[in-house]
Amino acid sequence: MIQGAALILLCQLAGEAVAHGTGLPLPGPVLGMILLLLLLLLNDTLPRPADTGFLAPAADGLLTNLSLLFIPAGVGVVGRLDVIQAYGLGLAVALVASTIIGLVATALTFAAVARLLRQEAEA
Amino acid sequence: MSGASDALGDFGLWVYLSRTPLLWLTVTLMAYVVADRISAAIGRHPLANTVLIAVALAAGMLAATGTPYRTYFEGAQFVHFLIGPATVALALPLYRNRHTVWRAILPMGAALLVGALAAMISALLIARAFGIPAPVLAALAPKSVTAGVAMGIAEGMGGDPALAAVLVLITGAIGAVTVTPLMNALGLRDMRARGFAAGLAAHGLGTARAFHVNHVAGTFAGIALALNALVTAILAPIVLRALL
Repeated sequence: MIQGAALILLCQLAGEAVAHGTGLPLPGPVLGMILLLLLLLLNDTLPRPADTGFLAPAADGLLTNLSLLFIPAGVGVVGRLDVIQAYGLGLAVALVASTIIGLVATALTFAAVARLLRQEAEA
Repeated sequence: MSGASDALGDFGLWVYLSRTPLLWLTVTLMAYVVADRISAAIGRHPLANTVLIAVALAAGMLAATGTPYRTYFEGAQFVHFLIGPATVALALPLYRNRHTVWRAILPMGAALLVGALAAMISALLIARAFGIPAPVLAALAPKSVTAGVAMGIAEGMGGDPALAAVLVLITGAIGAVTVTPLMNALGLRDMRARGFAAGLAAHGLGTARAFHVNHVAGTFAGIALALNALVTAILAPIVLRALL
């Protein structure tokens, strides 16, 4: 658990350092994710790969409770709903409609290209 | 005399507790536990989103006790901090499903471009039609991207980063609530496509929802979240300039 948490934080730290050092438009945690993925893939190419099972408790623990992590930011938004009210209906319509359009366009494009390539759907 | 000081003593205890991180951290976790029970009790209906219920409970507590958000956040920050490590942890499901992911590289690339542009352009056109001013449009353009990135993008284009964060979270809530009924209505059963759409249009909240539904969906949502952060950072300034 702690070993996994340490590796995750190390990757995030490296990601933050790169993001701030280079001014890349990607946030540190996303760079950290890419770094951790590369480490896992590289490990597989070693003649004797290290056992990475220690990552699972920390990583799965965070991901199964991902919803919890958005509560503090969500509570903050409740206090700032006045900024939305100022632009009223227009902003509300734009948010709802564009989110639905984005969801539908993404899913249909994915499914259409997968069908063109005759890929099986995975449940 | 002693009664008065007892009353003051009780009040003093409240003043003390309400200023420590412990109280509001506990409230945040309790709100999540209760919200999760409520969501389970109504059969995980997509409208009964755990985050929304928990936010309503915690915000209600703040309003009822007259507690400022700053005080609340001193406790809640320990939970908020974990968004970063959780983002890094997305690498693990990505690695476990690497063969599935690699096979879907072409559908993902196409869906990424079409979806990112569709979400951004439709939002900007509708808002512009309602006469919403340019600085607000700059905060609206990156709304489908994870909050930290969206704030940076908005600021770079002359928008208010705080407003961008609010719009991002509302978008996430709309996406998390609508994605399941929407995909069912379309008859789409491919969990890769459903998850990818949730992560692209509704970032972390969509990804959290996708992990509740299915592991493959969650994995593809995580990939979409990361890729869209990159694509929108590049495309938002170009699209905004073209539309203004």
